[in-house]
Amino acid sequence: MNVIIATVLVLVMLVAAIAALIFKDLLNAVIASSVVSLIAAVIFYLLQAPDVAMAEAAIGAALVTAIFIIAIRRTKRFEE
Amino acid sequence: MRRIIAIALLAIIVMGISLAVREIPFGKTDTKVGEYYLNEGREETGAANIVTSVVVNYRGFDTLGEIAVLFTAAIGLGAVFGSRKKRKVAEEVEKSSLIVYTGCRFLFPVILLVGAYIFIYGHLTPGGGFQGGAVVASAFLLMYLTCRGKRVRDKSNKVVESLGGLIFVGMGLVGLVIGKGFLFNFLPKGEFLTLFSAGIIPIIYIAIGFKVGAELAGVLDNLIEESK
Repeated sequence: MNVIIATVLVLVMLVAAIAALIFKDLLNAVIASSVVSLIAAVIFYLLQAPDVAMAEAAIGAALVTAIFIIAIRRTKRFEE
Repeated sequence: MRRIIAIALLAIIVMGISLAVREIPFGKTDTKVGEYYLNEGREETGAANIVTSVVVNYRGFDTLGEIAVLFTAAIGLGAVFGSRKKRKVAEEVEKSSLIVYTGCRFLFPVILLVGAYIFIYGHLTPGGGFQGGAVVASAFLLMYLTCRGKRVRDKSNKVVESLGGLIFVGMGLVGLVIGKGFLFNFLPKGEFLTLFSAGIIPIIYIAIGFKVGAELAGVLDNLIEESK
């Protein structure tokens, strides 16, 4: 059961990572990369590393996303 | 031509990494030091969370280095953004709606409490200074996004940050004077699995929590101030 959940999560993570590369709208790309972080946190938790999971969820999914969005606000939203 | 070279280089790198990774025995404890920490860590440091005992006690000096890296990054950002004249933003921006504002005021102390719990209980439950500090900073992020116009006071932020660093280094130096070396655990270990146990570990982790929280909140403050 755990293996199935982990496999699905890793596949979603891969899709989100590729989407973050492809999207021309940088706001969408940032959200996709925060999905990668969030799923990474869940996988860390499944692998019994709650300390790392906490750090990944708080920093990767929350703070880094916010900082990227602030940076996008100051620059351009769309990639040529 | 360039593309062919790039693909060839990529193939070489992939081969090298896969050859190296294949040799690593994942999931086995072949290293002596890891086994030692797992078996003796609880007795030796008195902390139930072995990750914490490694981060703060066995590898405490490395943690000081990590703190220094974060400190340098925050100072660099402050030097780039903080030197410009701070604009008054409170009047210009649109006020957030009543529901959002009330929700933020309700959630802000709760998130702060969760962050404080994570770093105060770092030696008993998963988490610690870095994680708790990041959660505290995300509470400030929520405040910046909704309760606009409210700001962390620059001076108190810097005081908290400096005090956190000073307590960490001070505890290490006291250990150097009293005991065997820098960050020596000189306080009594106390009763296992209680809040007041594990000697200097909780004190240092609380200091780290305050320092990381103040630093990350300061970074967000600088960036948001500049982006308006």
